[in-house]
Amino acid sequence: MSNLLNVSPSPHIHGKELTQKLMLTVVVALIPAFITSVFYFGFGAIIVTTTSVTSCLLFEYLIQRFILKKPISITDGSALVTGILLAFNLPSNIPVLMIVIGSFAAIAVAKMTFGGLGNNPFNPALVGRVFMLISFPVQMTRWPVPKGFGTGYLDAVTGATPLAVIKEGLKNGEPLSQLMDKVPTPAQMFLGNMGGSIGEVAAVALLIGFVYLLIRNVITWHIPVSVIGSMAVFTTILWLVNPEKNADPMFHILAGGVLLGAIFMATDYVTSPMNPKSMIIYGCGIGILTVIIRVWGSYPEGVSFAILIMNAFVPLMNAYIKPKRFGEVVKNG
Amino acid sequence: MSSTVLITIISLSLLALMSAVILYFIAQKFKVYEDPRIDEVQAILPAANCGGCGFAGCRNMAEALVKADNFEGLICPVGGAPVMNEAARILGKIAPVIDPTVAVLLCNGSPEFRPRTSHYNGASDCRISNSLYIGETDCSYGCLSNGDCERACAFDALHMDQVTGLPMINDDKCVSCGACVKACPRHLIELRKKAKKDRKIYVACSNCDKGGPARKACKVACIGCSKCFKVCEFNAITIKDNLAYIDSKKCTFCRKCATECPTNAIIELNFPPRKPKVEVEAETIDRQY
Amino acid sequence: MLKTFPIGGVHPPENKLTATIPIEYLPVPESAIIFVSQHIGSPSVPVVNKGDSVKTGQVIATGKGFVSANIHSSVSGKVNRIDFATDSSGYKQTAVFIDVEGDEWIDTIDRTKGISRDVKLSPDEIIKRCFDSGIVGLGGATFPSHVKLTVPTGKRCEVLIINGVECEPYLTSDHRLMMERGEEILTGVTILMKALKVKKAMIGVEKNKPDAIVHLTKLASSFEGITVHPLKVKYPQGAEKQLIKALIHREVPSGRLPLDVGAVVHNVGTAFAVYEAVQKNKPLFERVVTVTGKSLSKPGNYMVRIGTSLIKLIEAAGGLPNDTGKIINGGPMMGKAVSNTEVPVIKGMSGVIIVPGKESVREEIKPCIRCAKCVSACPLNLEPYLLMALSEKGLFERVEKERITDCMECGSCSFTCPANRPLLDYIRLGKSSVIKMARERNLK
Repeated sequence: MSNLLNVSPSPHIHGKELTQKLMLTVVVALIPAFITSVFYFGFGAIIVTTTSVTSCLLFEYLIQRFILKKPISITDGSALVTGILLAFNLPSNIPVLMIVIGSFAAIAVAKMTFGGLGNNPFNPALVGRVFMLISFPVQMTRWPVPKGFGTGYLDAVTGATPLAVIKEGLKNGEPLSQLMDKVPTPAQMFLGNMGGSIGEVAAVALLIGFVYLLIRNVITWHIPVSVIGSMAVFTTILWLVNPEKNADPMFHILAGGVLLGAIFMATDYVTSPMNPKSMIIYGCGIGILTVIIRVWGSYPEGVSFAILIMNAFVPLMNAYIKPKRFGEVVKNG
Repeated sequence: MSSTVLITIISLSLLALMSAVILYFIAQKFKVYEDPRIDEVQAILPAANCGGCGFAGCRNMAEALVKADNFEGLICPVGGAPVMNEAARILGKIAPVIDPTVAVLLCNGSPEFRPRTSHYNGASDCRISNSLYIGETDCSYGCLSNGDCERACAFDALHMDQVTGLPMINDDKCVSCGACVKACPRHLIELRKKAKKDRKIYVACSNCDKGGPARKACKVACIGCSKCFKVCEFNAITIKDNLAYIDSKKCTFCRKCATECPTNAIIELNFPPRKPKVEVEAETIDRQY
Repeated sequence: MLKTFPIGGVHPPENKLTATIPIEYLPVPESAIIFVSQHIGSPSVPVVNKGDSVKTGQVIATGKGFVSANIHSSVSGKVNRIDFATDSSGYKQTAVFIDVEGDEWIDTIDRTKGISRDVKLSPDEIIKRCFDSGIVGLGGATFPSHVKLTVPTGKRCEVLIINGVECEPYLTSDHRLMMERGEEILTGVTILMKALKVKKAMIGVEKNKPDAIVHLTKLASSFEGITVHPLKVKYPQGAEKQLIKALIHREVPSGRLPLDVGAVVHNVGTAFAVYEAVQKNKPLFERVVTVTGKSLSKPGNYMVRIGTSLIKLIEAAGGLPNDTGKIINGGPMMGKAVSNTEVPVIKGMSGVIIVPGKESVREEIKPCIRCAKCVSACPLNLEPYLLMALSEKGLFERVEKERITDCMECGSCSFTCPANRPLLDYIRLGKSSVIKMARERNLK
């Protein structure tokens, strides 16, 4: 090979982007959220995140080495991102064994059974999270009150999330204006001083991550903007129709996992649509479904389910919603 | 039994009965008449659905066999003569005599004989490398070693040899479906008539260049010298475009051509070793005295 | 705001190493191998035989049919033989082999120095001169120029667009032509305008050639109807459809020609060749080739006779470096890798790039992560990941519906793919299979 010429079809040069680099950029974008999670939930956040990441990587390694007997690809960073995102969807007091089971559902069931990276139709982290929610409903709905390093781990004091407060309160017939005094203010919610999963609380950290991902050209604006935009429009309509039963749009956007879902989960490459038109429809579907589940469903939070439902439609969208080709002759009539 | 259980059993049974009756009538109304012989013939076909017969699946072949007046042009290469004869018996037709065939690669250009002059770095697909350039050697007719034939084979009969870079065909597993023949963009694989004990004799070259360039590119190339043609007593060899070809139907396996070939382009397989030349001269001298 | 095309495109590193190196004339070679097919269309028919004496500029093969081009001898000497020669793909093509003796030109060529701006020929005479002189598109496509200048009845040309973009990295031959032969190029543009009967010509030049933009703008002020337009640096701005979109904001419909939106596009090199053909009666037998590469000792822009061996070009650039891994005929995005260095220069060879070993090998292929970056990169808004998947599986009827034949093989998709997938390799396979399938269908 030393003095033989290499021959290959064009192009003969390649851009700088690589799968591994893209995944690591996502990890970097999640660092602000990790910092805020530790700031609010202390050791619990660290334990949950490291357990999740370790089990995800381990399961992928074991399955590729012993069951599939394919080359090991854990260094491509996708299992690392899944591990972090799964952790960010969990409360900081969830026991280790449950996290391991959730990681198994995420990697082995939702990703490897379909053929590994690039072949799964559903977001693995969300499948893991929903699996844990159904399997361990009590532990997955007890949210530690943020107290920094004083929060503790399995012994953490728990309280309801803002969404749960509103949902329960409305069921009991309390007026919304009264309930809104019990939940954090928008400013508090923006900074993250509230109950919730370790990654979803701090809106400011997530938005920093969003800007970083946009600058580094890892994601485009279409999905996050259409998720948040459609949610804003829908909740505004509901709020205007009945301000006593429906919270304002700002509350809806800052409470719960909308920002985490819109910026990091819905934009997952493998499970999101492949062209801008479809992405906007996908984002709007997620926004509308989330609001429907929140307002009329029995769960206080609906982002995970909304994303998984829209994931099911993605192959259909890819097949039928095509970008307008250059020079496409649009038939008249 | 309590009344709830009784009501449940009766109502569900009635429901089941109603559904059965309705479905039965619907099935009768929309029934498509199919010649029952199609099922019979399909049952004796190999069910490989390989497309070797030219039809999309064994059922389509069964339909064609039932509808046809005679079996002209209809052969299941996987099942071969036994299956065709059985089908003929079921349908009351005559099965033509088929010679079993096996896939053979008409190229012997391993790196030992055909030196590499460049390194292909594109997608590992022979159709792609063939349309890009002549390949990693100076022979523009020879095997490209990217494995299209291996991927096309549904019977695990063809594997790329890592050392020679050429596909190795397993005679026992090859059913002659022709998938590899279609897959090779240089048309290097041929279905040749099977001989007893899997013997083969063929010109392992497809190079149509004149002798000089052909030999320069590969040590075992056919240079079109016609020595084999001259020595064959059975008219089995033709020379066209500087390339010799042995017709497997006419060949009697006498192996004279293989001995004559100056470049060892003709390959003989599964033959017993040749007897060494007997020392005749010394004996004759002795007997004279 | 600089003009550009709105969809897709990538930004490969420019590496215009030879942008400031003036054109150097290479000596006449000792032998020439001239292919009879150096253009799109029917191969030309040789009109000389073994042993004939030929002069520089003499016709040695005539175009067959309308979409074809004459081939002229670039040297004087004796025809050695008419035989097969290997082209850059290693496959054989018919060529005229000439043993060179001296450099005697045919006497109809005007060899006087000095630029003549007065165009005396009529439009029809211009088109005929282009055909007689073997002018083909010198941007690399080698489409016979007289065909582009012949406007069929029912269609109208509103504007002539001149492609001075040279969007491929490394290549600078058009840049140097614009700097050193600007007036000849603009005269060529005027000739083309006369042939097409248009009053307006727009020259597009990428912003990474500021000296050329300034120089041409200044020269254009003394010509009627010619304007120079700087364009944003983005690959593939030099593609015909993208250039038309950027300059006049019209999209050439799928499967149609630029003339359907009232435009005709020619390369600056072609404009220069047209000037020489019409004003100096000089046929096309030499062209500027950029010989470049990071390891070369003397990269440059060389005016070389068609038929010169590539080895001579590389020698002029300082010889083949020891660490050479790949030699590219053309640019790095759309050029062809050469498997042996004895190929001769052809009309479409705009550059030769010597790539060092470590940059010449592709990275490992990884699974598709469905990131859709290929979709964002495609300037024609196609879906490369889908075209590759369908072509790989042989689903050619479906891939035809996905408009695979629109693909211009620019390479932006493969360039962008983070998983190093060989998208364009399979898209080419799909395209050729679809074209073959469509042809068989039409014959039925």
